[in-house]
Amino acid sequence: MPQNEYMERHRKLHGRRLDHEERTRKRAAREPHKRAQEARKLRGLKAKLANKARANEKIQMKKKIKAHEEKLTPKQKEGKVSEGALPVYLLDRDVTSRAKVLSNMIKQKRKEKAGKWDVPIPKVKAQSDSEVFRVLRSGKTKRKGWKRMVTKVTFVGENFTRKPPKFERFIRPMALRFKKAHVTHPELKATFQLPIIGVKRNPSSPMYTSLGVITKGTVIEVNVSELGLVTSQGGKVVWGKYAQVTNHPENDGCINAVLLV
Amino acid sequence: MDEAEDTRRILTRLVSETGDSFERLFDLPYNVTPEKLALLVNHLLENEEPAPFLFFVNGKEITDCLDKVMVQDDIGTENVLEIIYQQQAVFKVRAVTRCTSSMPGHAEAVISIGFSPNGQYLASGSGDTTVRFWDIYTQTPFMVCEGHKNWVLCISWAPNSKMLASACKNGVILLWNPETGKQIGKPLAGHKQWVTSLAWEPLHLDPRGRRLASGSKDGDIRIWDTALGNVERVLTSHTQSVTCVRWGGSGLIYSSSQDRTIKVWRPDGVLCRTLEGHGHWVNSLALSTDYVLRTGAVDPTAVHRGKGQDVNESDIKELALKRYSAVCRLGEERLVSASDDHTLMMWLPEKEKKPIERLTGHQQLVNDVRFSPDTRILASASFDKSIKLWDGRSGKFITTLRGHVQAVFMLAWSADSRLLVSASADSTLKVWNVKQKKLELDLPGHADEVYAVDWSPDGLRVASGGKDKILKMWQN
Repeated sequence: MPQNEYMERHRKLHGRRLDHEERTRKRAAREPHKRAQEARKLRGLKAKLANKARANEKIQMKKKIKAHEEKLTPKQKEGKVSEGALPVYLLDRDVTSRAKVLSNMIKQKRKEKAGKWDVPIPKVKAQSDSEVFRVLRSGKTKRKGWKRMVTKVTFVGENFTRKPPKFERFIRPMALRFKKAHVTHPELKATFQLPIIGVKRNPSSPMYTSLGVITKGTVIEVNVSELGLVTSQGGKVVWGKYAQVTNHPENDGCINAVLLV
Repeated sequence: MDEAEDTRRILTRLVSETGDSFERLFDLPYNVTPEKLALLVNHLLENEEPAPFLFFVNGKEITDCLDKVMVQDDIGTENVLEIIYQQQAVFKVRAVTRCTSSMPGHAEAVISIGFSPNGQYLASGSGDTTVRFWDIYTQTPFMVCEGHKNWVLCISWAPNSKMLASACKNGVILLWNPETGKQIGKPLAGHKQWVTSLAWEPLHLDPRGRRLASGSKDGDIRIWDTALGNVERVLTSHTQSVTCVRWGGSGLIYSSSQDRTIKVWRPDGVLCRTLEGHGHWVNSLALSTDYVLRTGAVDPTAVHRGKGQDVNESDIKELALKRYSAVCRLGEERLVSASDDHTLMMWLPEKEKKPIERLTGHQQLVNDVRFSPDTRILASASFDKSIKLWDGRSGKFITTLRGHVQAVFMLAWSADSRLLVSASADSTLKVWNVKQKKLELDLPGHADEVYAVDWSPDGLRVASGGKDKILKMWQN
């Protein structure tokens, strides 16, 4: 341990050595070579630690350089005016960007006639009958096999009553009946839980459509009255809109869908 | 029995709403209709042109005949029944029914719209940093005024229609000449944040229309001398953003703020009163004299009768004062504030610190409130999708107008106080019949939210603009 600041004192008395500047310059210039050599020599865990430390060092350095550069360049004026102008009374309210897409009733009708939509999920794996239905054996000795149980999620209308067992060819289990779907509005980027009105089209088979089977890719009609959408021509309130199912409801226990706009 | 009822008669006294009555008492049959009463009053008042009237007994309107109103409250034959009569506007504004033109031009949402007080010019401010003047007769673009560097948030016409003030989000106020579209004077800069509201000094206090008050997000109110282009005074006391500024007819300045207070200032910078009562931001103010202060010396009824609008410079002050005092006779200047706490409050700001009435009923924040031109009815627009009508004198609830499916942003009254137009986020305008308290017309056409609407002071046109960047004109 030095007993006093004798080095400093000496420097004050006699000044630095004459070649001090040159020596420090050279030492600094040699530094990278030295480090490189060391890095090449290191092996194993030590190499790992050293590399990590060096990488960190470099990140810090780059950050510092960037900060300096930013300080040096003169600030550009905010020439660009931000988009999405709002009136004064909405400025302080955090209104989400409500990109309103007014539903175009005519377009929707025309598509309905043609029977096809530009849907988010164009290709869906076809569901075979054996996947959707399970054969139920009936009869006293369980010899008959004309009864089917739907093993997928279904939508059943409100005033549906089951037929007597003798005539009921398809059983739609209570546990797999759904009334609501989580519908995402693609432009609002918001999801709403909306009541289902009906199944519009199951791409696998028209029979599934009539049975109300909901699988991935099925187009369903949902009640959007609480979203407050308005048609562009008539200014009428829209209440039914189509949505396509994006998940496998039978696996997930819920229906997720995208609104078709 | 019927015959017996028909012959029943009652002693009545006809009283105007200000309280003056005729000396004579009238012995009227029970089945007297409002039309007959109107004939009588017109004769008594010696009106040259018969004016329409409304009649009230104990606050209930006589719609069919006197008998109908009388059934509930039975007075003895000795007593005198007071019938209050209210004169309606002689002229009638026809409801706008169709979109006469959609004028594209703005490159961003149209945020503010205003007809000039004489009804000859139309200006709009937009997010594309321009102010545009439109020719309302040919319904074409007239002038594009560039000068702002940010969204033009609010515009306000000088009451003599010779100047338009516009304010942008950078806090700069510019003045424009509507004839040439040129900027007048230098920019009025000083606000540190955006300007939320502009108010000119009423015409009867200063016929030249020099002084302008502006409220800003930074909590200051500045009074500008537009001729010299400098700040006359800075009123600082609000701790949060000022939301609305009104320059009252008696010379007082009213300002509402997000710090839940309304402050009353003298223009020389003295804070007269702080009105407290709201529990959340105060969004908007309305004065019962708003319409007459806005139109100044121009009487819309005179325009309707075809009489000239040209008023001598010297007469402006007198004319404006005459019109102002005529309105004041119907009752003192009342102030109504709309707030985020879902209520409105009615004040007598010249005298009292306490509200005279608290108007409750809205289920969400109240965004806009407007007095009808005849000051009798008050309309409030709320984010709960409804419009409510209130008695402009007592603040009693009249009715709710439902029909919009999203938040209602803005309201505008027609000059005769019979119609009301509302702009909403559901992209429609709706015209409401105030007398029948029903939807008169639905005006779809905008492709997106409607931010601003204005009914020209002469009642002929409605202009609206919104997020779809198009300015629409509506006429009948």
